[in-house]
Amino acid sequence: MWIYEKKLQYPVRVSKCDPMMAKLLMEQYGGADGELAAALRYLNQRYTIPDKVIGLLTDIGTEEFAHLEMIATMIYKLTKDATPDQLKAAGLGPHFAAHDSALFYTNANGVPWTASYIQAKGDPIADLYEDIAAEEKARATYQWLIDLTDDVDLQDSLKFLREREVVHSLRFREAVEILKEKQSEKRFY
Amino acid sequence: MSIQLDEAYYSLLHELQAIDFVLVELQLYLDTHPNDAAALQQFNQFVELRKRVVHHYETTYEPLLQFGRSNMPVSSWQWIEAPWPWQV
Ligand SMILES: [Fe+2]
Repeated sequence: MWIYEKKLQYPVRVSKCDPMMAKLLMEQYGGADGELAAALRYLNQRYTIPDKVIGLLTDIGTEEFAHLEMIATMIYKLTKDATPDQLKAAGLGPHFAAHDSALFYTNANGVPWTASYIQAKGDPIADLYEDIAAEEKARATYQWLIDLTDDVDLQDSLKFLREREVVHSLRFREAVEILKEKQSEKRFY
Repeated sequence: MSIQLDEAYYSLLHELQAIDFVLVELQLYLDTHPNDAAALQQFNQFVELRKRVVHHYETTYEPLLQFGRSNMPVSSWQWIEAPWPWQV
């Protein structure tokens, strides 16, 4: 089961109301390489991955939900004081028409999240390479997002998330090596 | 009792977040390096440190965990009263 802890993994502060940036951040909320996709991808793969890697998928999958909450907090804080006119000017008119100021799992273009963003091949190497690629894509997206804002408080939180993707990618690469070692051990029996 | 969102609150929260960062980092590291004795020792050290800071946080402010997982008796239902993470 999962237990909710009532705090963010890392502080999220924003220095201004910025619905335009909120719209861009939705890419990491409900986008193909976003945090929802990451959490659901890893937690779903863990049931059939070799035992040696289940712990890693469980722990990284859980951490991704903490990142999802950080992104939600950013979007919430960047839009909570925005008027409908400001939302419209930021390109969030269609979002506002459908959801008011509620968050929704879409990418930056308003396309709803879909399970076809993620894979579960049942082949451990294929799944882990998918995970490594997902982490690298998320890292790249965080870099573009950092480049798209001049809000230093927001940049600080985004840099934290970018660095987490780097660590996740590294751990998944190590998991591949662990599985390769196990495979070659078997071959020499 | 409502939480005073002052400097003391944020500094204690940050202290806890910093400790938790180390623990998350060590947890993932140990998942792929389970035989690293130094990492295990560091993990245990931070678990102990965390207990003290969590106790301080929960007795000063509110329980951190739902479903009775927090180690403190409750005299009032602070869970729904105190602000949520995106509100602080
Ligand atoms: Fe990640």
